[in-house]
Amino acid sequence: MEDRNNEEWVRALGGVPDSGVLAALRETLLRGLRYALKQRYHVTESDLEDFVQDALVRVLDNLDTFRGESKFTTWAQKIAVRVAFSELRRKRWENISLQDLVPDDTSEDDSSGASPLSWMPSSELTPEHQITQHSLGALLQDLIREELTDLQRQAMTAIALKGMPLEEVARRMGTNRNALYKLLHDARQRLKQRLEAHGVTVDDVMAAFSPEP
Amino acid sequence: MSTEPEKLRNLMRSIFMTHRDEIGCDTCFDQMDLFAELTLAGKDVASAMPHVYRHLQMCKACREEFEALLSALKLL
Ligand SMILES: [Zn+2]
Repeated sequence: MEDRNNEEWVRALGGVPDSGVLAALRETLLRGLRYALKQRYHVTESDLEDFVQDALVRVLDNLDTFRGESKFTTWAQKIAVRVAFSELRRKRWENISLQDLVPDDTSEDDSSGASPLSWMPSSELTPEHQITQHSLGALLQDLIREELTDLQRQAMTAIALKGMPLEEVARRMGTNRNALYKLLHDARQRLKQRLEAHGVTVDDVMAAFSPEP
Repeated sequence: MSTEPEKLRNLMRSIFMTHRDEIGCDTCFDQMDLFAELTLAGKDVASAMPHVYRHLQMCKACREEFEALLSALKLL
């Protein structure tokens, strides 16, 4: 059964799908997802079955986009993984708003430590490293405030500092994951230019954050 | 709530690793099946598909999916 080639898969699943072949694909995707997700994520067998059911619909709907660059089962498994992660992320973050995570706070006063943009140097470092880490942090904080758009600042804070997944932030901002990645890319480029203009090099950053043991 | 140095370091690193021409998540997804097969075959994917390789370094969401795909494929 696993020896079916790409053409055979596509032919059997096109039009009215062959039920035996569909069942074989379902089983393959289920085994793969179960193995990939069970150790690291909290998923039940019924979650897995739901993911695979949604994935099968997507696979059938998108059959004509399969270009045969990989094995058919690899391509289908990729779709199943995407479906599963989208659902896991949605559930995990469903009760958290962007406003909770990234309050509209552009005030200069961070002495309270309340802003997500205020960071503390780790205490176990030598004073030298602390100073450098602290000053780099302060500089980056200023640049994020001054050089980025509100949208870029919000997205970068939510994703890089608060750990909200890209697609969850995207949905809350009324955009999509791909567009948000590009927005963040522009933000990173801007910050890189500005840091370099301040004479900060990648070596400085590495030295500040990777102290010798 | 303050941000741990770990996150600041990762953000700094991602800023300095920024390239002018990065692909987005859609293109990465498009090529991920091939990239995963080449990875499992032990190919030098960093040279063969540098854009995907770099995107996976920069994008946690795509990286998580790629890692799950790899482990699923190891079973097949
Ligand atoms: Zn991505």
